[in-house]
Amino acid sequence: MAKTLFQKVWEAHTVRKLPNGQTQLFIGTHLIHEVTSPQAFGMLRDLGLKVKYPQRTFATVDHIVPTNELKEPYSDPIAQEMIEALRKNTKDYGIRFFDTTTGTQGIVHMVGPEQGITQPGTTIACGDSHTATHGAFGAIAFGIGTTQVRDVLATQTLALSPLKVRRIEVNGKLAPGVYAKDVILHIIRVLGVNGGIGFAYEYAGTTFDGFSLEERMTVCNMSIEGGARCGYVNPDQKTFDYIKGKPFAPKAADWDAAVARWASFASDAGCQYDDIRIFKAEDIRPTVTWGITPGQAIFIDEKMPALETLNAADRQTAEDAYAHMKLAPNTPIKGTKVDVCFLGSCTNGRISDLREVAKYLKGRKVSPSVKAIVVPGSQLTAIQAVHEGLDKIYIEAGFEWRGAGCSMCLAMNPDKLVGDQLCASSSNRNFKGRQGSQTGRTVLMSPLMVAAAAITGQVTDAREVFKV
Amino acid sequence: MSLAKITQVKALALAVPGDDIDTDRIIPARFLRCVTFDGLGEHAFRDERTGPDGKERAHPMNSAQAARIAAAKQGVMVVGFNFGCGSSREHAPQSLWRYGFTAFVGGSFAEIFFGNSTTLGVPCLTLSKEDLAECDAFVRANPDVEVTVDVEKLTVSAGAKSWKAAIAASARDGLINGKWDPIADLLEGADSVAKTAGGLAYVAGK
Ligand code: SF4
Repeated sequence: MAKTLFQKVWEAHTVRKLPNGQTQLFIGTHLIHEVTSPQAFGMLRDLGLKVKYPQRTFATVDHIVPTNELKEPYSDPIAQEMIEALRKNTKDYGIRFFDTTTGTQGIVHMVGPEQGITQPGTTIACGDSHTATHGAFGAIAFGIGTTQVRDVLATQTLALSPLKVRRIEVNGKLAPGVYAKDVILHIIRVLGVNGGIGFAYEYAGTTFDGFSLEERMTVCNMSIEGGARCGYVNPDQKTFDYIKGKPFAPKAADWDAAVARWASFASDAGCQYDDIRIFKAEDIRPTVTWGITPGQAIFIDEKMPALETLNAADRQTAEDAYAHMKLAPNTPIKGTKVDVCFLGSCTNGRISDLREVAKYLKGRKVSPSVKAIVVPGSQLTAIQAVHEGLDKIYIEAGFEWRGAGCSMCLAMNPDKLVGDQLCASSSNRNFKGRQGSQTGRTVLMSPLMVAAAAITGQVTDAREVFKV
Repeated sequence: MSLAKITQVKALALAVPGDDIDTDRIIPARFLRCVTFDGLGEHAFRDERTGPDGKERAHPMNSAQAARIAAAKQGVMVVGFNFGCGSSREHAPQSLWRYGFTAFVGGSFAEIFFGNSTTLGVPCLTLSKEDLAECDAFVRANPDVEVTVDVEKLTVSAGAKSWKAAIAASARDGLINGKWDPIADLLEGADSVAKTAGGLAYVAGK
């Protein structure tokens, strides 16, 4: 019988059926960070349990690390306490920790792929909702709660129910200046922020075939913003080429067998999907959010929706959004004043993002009214960028060049908005207060659109600013 | 590990309306700067409850009803659709539970929030859109009437009213049989786990 990748991976990792009807599913790779793991280790200690497969858990620190302070102890004692708790826990239980001192630390969803830990046909869990990022490699990857982090530590399994699979096909070629970020913002806008509840999203079509692994990661990353706990792209030659040579990639003699195995997990021709949605790449233009959910998005040249055009439920959220954002219905978003620009996060903090923006940034200057920061997602990305001289381009243009971490994506470190500052951000969430100020405002967009906002001091169309 | 059988929650209720209420709103990220869940209860919905000027805002969590629930350490929160979306932080249900909420009734719940809550022994039941509107209105009009969330019979009732409710079968089974925390079952399967692991080339190092 023809099967989807989801079904094949699920079956390969099924341990048994539990009395309540759920599946006990084996988790091949478990990733942990400092925010959602300490309580899980606490529960483990309370229950007197051990870590069952310590070599299948990998740790890094990303959310609380300051990006402008390299020496410890950090000036923030809580950050210091959290990093030390993770050091102790990983040491006590024999877990590999990609610590700040190793040159391999970074946002957890960047470290897995960079190390070759993220592989096709595997199950990956992490106490972080953006774990779907790893689905770009053809893995079934999803976020879990802290009690479930305990479950994985103690048993390397989880109690789960299978998801339905929705194939989301995007075909054709994106116009210049339109990016993977616009594709996923558009998909969420159309399908809704809760449209994916109960589904895994399989992203496919010629647009995805043409995407690099980094572009696929950008899309898979935001699956949860559309309500889907997990999103993936079937593995292909590009996937295998990306993994090859990475520290945890299969070596020499094992390589060919691994590739054959990985390829076998791809969805079969003729398999059944629970739903199929088809998009045309040509229809997608640079997209920005105007509200307080990622689904409240428009093309840059559109007006924000008039309240009368919305149904009752959307209208209530929209009214709340307009009040928070201090924006007016039925007006263009283009031209809105921007105070802060943030280029980074697990959505768009990779080397390809930094390269693409740098290409256009040469000879341009950040508007004096804007504070612009660029935060490479990982130390390896930062090192590579410096090697290519990208840091100089950003600094020359007036961006602050920072150390690796989550930074202003959620502002658990000192990088925060102040008051009702409006931030043009390449991250993934525009929730109220997300960037560290209760009244702060976030407009999500692609990295090049962030750069255009930095230069003009406004939400604007990067294609015009940079003559793309 | 023996857990209580949660067949029914009967308590005062608080309506917290709105769709797509994300976990950043339920517990802002700055309160995640901690290594235990202790003390999270008092910060539930902090930035919705307190303005930037430090003054209390009009929010259901600032009501006398909320205070009664906090004192009783039990209560039902009546919410909208897609409640608990966004971040996977278990800090969100932990904060509401520590505040005093022991059941949720809504239109729909984000998946990770749902799992995090039921694993704490906090049922999340859904009602149809119409019934939810009625339940929400009833709760606001009758703050002194206890609401019964019946996980076994799949109803939510209050006064003379009763609405048909739903919850994933596996979650219901776990709650009513005192197996809402799956750890015991998962540990029991250790031999089968080893077998599955052995069959996976990337785990077995083949
Ligand atoms: S970059 Fe943002 S979304 Fe990604 S893991 Fe860090 S906080 Fe979460």
